[in-house]
Amino acid sequence: MAQHVAPPTATTPALPAKLPIGAIAPWAVFFGILMLVLLYFVGSEQGATSVFNGTDVHEWVHDARHLLGFPCH
Amino acid sequence: MNSATVRNLLVRGMLAGLAAGVLALVVAYLLGEPYVDKAIAFEEAHSHEHEMEVVSRSLQSTAGLATGVLVYGVAFGGIAALAYAFALGRVGRFSPRATALLLSGCALLAVYVVPFLKYPANPPSVGNPDTIGRRTTLYFLMMLLSVLLAIAATILGKRLAPSLGTWWATVAAVAAFAVVIGLAFAFLPVINEVPQEFPATVLWRFRLSALAIQLTLWTGFGLVFGELAQRLLNPKPATAATARHPVAAPN
Repeated sequence: MAQHVAPPTATTPALPAKLPIGAIAPWAVFFGILMLVLLYFVGSEQGATSVFNGTDVHEWVHDARHLLGFPCH
Repeated sequence: MNSATVRNLLVRGMLAGLAAGVLALVVAYLLGEPYVDKAIAFEEAHSHEHEMEVVSRSLQSTAGLATGVLVYGVAFGGIAALAYAFALGRVGRFSPRATALLLSGCALLAVYVVPFLKYPANPPSVGNPDTIGRRTTLYFLMMLLSVLLAIAATILGKRLAPSLGTWWATVAAVAAFAVVIGLAFAFLPVINEVPQEFPATVLWRFRLSALAIQLTLWTGFGLVFGELAQRLLNPKPATAATARHPVAAPN
């Protein structure tokens, strides 16, 4: 009887192993903040708020800001 | 070992984000830039004061655009990879590749499409400079709300799955998301700062191209990152090749 049992197929993939939260958290905190800082400089620096004086950053990424949907000026 | 997996996923996410950013850049340059130029032409025709050019238009539309789009791609690639590390094996019975594409689709909706429906992208000359603070706050608030609600809806779906089954639990979670987002749309203030004679077709085309950029970015990211994650997490090219032989034998 055993030989009639259908072999496991690729149609039902096994559940991928979970990565423990403790292993993700340090990366998520450090790189999460770093990535958000990058997004801030592309999306909002020298718009509503400024870290640096002037308009150089704003003018340099001006077109990207409009086309990526951020409020510009 | 697990920490190394997270690091490898993060690096691959940022690289996939860069690759997707290149694709999005092509779309932005070809589809979006013509309407940025048209909007600037409108602005110059209707404004009496001429601002001093800090960065030339030819730099803004090439190197400047590339900087912005690529940094955006890398940053969201990194964030999406970290979200992926959490989602893997927790959202359902999906392969690493399918999980990546599913996550990208949800990110496109939660990060961009939902906020866009309330506060759409605007070309130059649409938008009053005096209200930039308010518009920025509302846009990021909408984005944050949408992402948090998407996460909450995912958790709700997982909680309901044992009692309702996967299908109806998903339907209920998506419906709950739609209702709360609908309330947010209804109660958050409306922003309409389109100048009176601004050409409607330029505005429409500009917004469509902005949507196309995001669609390209997130689809590209899902496919590239999915492939990289699949190879990282399921490294068995040899078994896949040998598995074909026993299957072909019976019948």
